[in-house]
Amino acid sequence: MTETLEKLGLSLAEFQKLHAEAHNETGKKRLAIVASKGSLDMVYPPLILATTATALGWECGIFFTFYGLDALNKKKYKGLKVAPLGNPAMPSPLKGLPVYVPNLVGAIPGMTFIATALMKRWMRKANVPSIEQFVEMAHQKGVKLIACSTTMGVMGIKKEDLLPEADIQGAAAFLHFASKATVTLFI
Amino acid sequence: MVQQTSQFNADHVLDVKNQLCPLPVIKASEVIQALASGQVLHILATDPGSKADIPAWAEALGHKLLKQEAANGVFEYWVQKG
Repeated sequence: MTETLEKLGLSLAEFQKLHAEAHNETGKKRLAIVASKGSLDMVYPPLILATTATALGWECGIFFTFYGLDALNKKKYKGLKVAPLGNPAMPSPLKGLPVYVPNLVGAIPGMTFIATALMKRWMRKANVPSIEQFVEMAHQKGVKLIACSTTMGVMGIKKEDLLPEADIQGAAAFLHFASKATVTLFI
Repeated sequence: MVQQTSQFNADHVLDVKNQLCPLPVIKASEVIQALASGQVLHILATDPGSKADIPAWAEALGHKLLKQEAANGVFEYWVQKG
């Protein structure tokens, strides 16, 4: 070991520094998230976790794929919706009243609009930032907002359709980033 | 058991009452940047999650949680910048 280092003309400290850099062992933890869903309720968790990670001093990247990419879509990210149909966890619009609303009522036209409006109102009342505020906050705090290039191809989404903060990458680049992560999540 | 709050002369007070996770921790991270090492940040929160979040955040970043207390639904923290 010592002989090898002598041959290379490196001190042990220099070697350790190079080794740490090569293996991303710089002491910074890293969070890698796959965000695969595009409904209002499913876009919040990756953004909340990512911004929290930056507050803890971690590096963070979110790979937005399939419907998840709507969160970076200029035309869509302000209008994400939550559907009551097939979602038994959705609180009744008559919150507080002991009235049972059958889940099938969610199939009536307009129910998604009503459920979305209600959820947004609850979020506002609880002082929870909107999706667009969270995306902006995540970007400002250095979260890598990665747009899946395959999704763009499949769904006919162009670079101009995405927020300028979006970084277009494929699965290989994300996996390379995630392979050095401390925590990886699929949402 | 109860210590006098004046014991910790806070250099900055952060009021994040009525704000939910992750905002208390995010705002704490923002304001503590302006403090010098050894200075004290006093945080007031109402999110019950902050009872676990603020100590974890302080530990992750090498800050020292000098004291925490809860009264009337308000959680208070004194964090010394590391």
